[in-house]
Amino acid sequence: MDSIKQFGQYSVLLYQALRSIPEFSTYRKNLFSEFVKVGYESIPIIILTGFFTGAVLTLQTAYQLDTDLYPTSIVGSIVGQSIVIELAAVIGGLVLAGKVGARISTELGTMRVSEQIDALESMGFNSVTFLVVPRVLAGICMFPVLYVVAATTGILGGILAGSLDGILPAAEFMQGARQFFYPEDVIFGTVKSFVFGFVITSISCYKGYFAFGGAEGVGTATTQATVLGCIFVLLSDFVLAAILL
Amino acid sequence: MIEIKNLTKSFGDNLIWEDVSFQIEDGETLAIIGKSGCGKSVMLKHLNALLYPDSGKIYIDGSDLFCLSYSELRKMRQRFGILFQGAALFDSISTFENIAFPLRYFTDQSEDEIRANVEEALEMVNLVGAGDKPTSSLSGGMRKRVGVARAIILKPQYLLYDEPTSGLDPQTSEEINELIVHMADSLDITSVVITHDMHSVLTIAEKVAFLDEQKLSWFGTVEELQDSDYEPLVEFTTASEYQITKSQTF
Repeated sequence: MDSIKQFGQYSVLLYQALRSIPEFSTYRKNLFSEFVKVGYESIPIIILTGFFTGAVLTLQTAYQLDTDLYPTSIVGSIVGQSIVIELAAVIGGLVLAGKVGARISTELGTMRVSEQIDALESMGFNSVTFLVVPRVLAGICMFPVLYVVAATTGILGGILAGSLDGILPAAEFMQGARQFFYPEDVIFGTVKSFVFGFVITSISCYKGYFAFGGAEGVGTATTQATVLGCIFVLLSDFVLAAILL
Repeated sequence: MIEIKNLTKSFGDNLIWEDVSFQIEDGETLAIIGKSGCGKSVMLKHLNALLYPDSGKIYIDGSDLFCLSYSELRKMRQRFGILFQGAALFDSISTFENIAFPLRYFTDQSEDEIRANVEEALEMVNLVGAGDKPTSSLSGGMRKRVGVARAIILKPQYLLYDEPTSGLDPQTSEEINELIVHMADSLDITSVVITHDMHSVLTIAEKVAFLDEQKLSWFGTVEELQDSDYEPLVEFTTASEYQITKSQTF
């Protein structure tokens, strides 16, 4: 029963946010600040995650295919395609559910319990327009950019790990990666990151916006936002794979 | 004028109060008193439609507050200023920006006009020169003053104060009381003050509403309050006076 109520609240919040998108002047300033927080400030963790994902995947793939039956360039094919289709978006999404999701739910939760959201409403602001819309839009716009960064650094990590470990030279890695590169895989990864951006930021906004019960309540909201964000990233990944592949 | 008619509110099975009716005339200062947890702040949030009742109506100058569309409600809310219990200052921006915040979004004022208006508001609350301070560096009393400055910046018709003196030392409380009286007199504002501090009530209010036993238990002028022999009210005011005497003794 509680889940149905929460889903209803979440849907109403999204509906209100959708309706207030045209009020650009209200959230313009916050939108640019959110672009920086969601996008620019996430680049270091995304580079780190992407790079090591590619590097480890290369080492493990080479270990598993340690046979003369396949050319070594197949490692580049598998790593490249895995990163572009799946790993850059999903691992990036899971990391951002922690970094971006936790920040958003804590910010809004603190504003809720310290009556700052009530203060906004009492002045005549639409708090959803002011707080929720820019955060969700920033997620939708910046996650695909971060996906491209994660995919690029993932492949670079794979090339570097392959070269340094003596598994395969960079040219061979790229030859393998190009052999099975389909542009629609990039579109698929981008669609995933777009959906993850929406799922993570909207759930975090919802949990933070309706937080209650002081510091403990904010902690609970943040934990729930992060856990739910991760769960829905995995769920939507499965659904998108079933639909688009 | 604010008219409250047959207002009932509960949270789940927990009845806060029922069938509450009273009026607040233009220009007067009303204090809503009662024990902790009796629903004083809940009542204040109804006056600005931050909460909705189970039943009953609130009329602001004849308009039914709970029947307004959201855009009409937002316009109506701009006629109110609220000082929240913890001041509810936006902690990501400076004191100046907190006060300038409504001006930037709801007026077409130039930067010079905004600066002049914010400085005037800071002067009214005796905080000249505090605009550049981050809100985190302000004391409890200063935060309340900044809250008042932000609440009056759009020149509201009604000012609502939620526990304006709670958590403050007696001297700062007295300064806040004087500020409330000054605001009501100089800006001709209708004020509603939520408090359980009887000293504040006697200093600032003209009328008093006493919430007790989940209803409006008593309503009258300050003079009637002082002469009243209504037992729950006498018990409440006596306890408060005892606290004042006790704190003065020690």
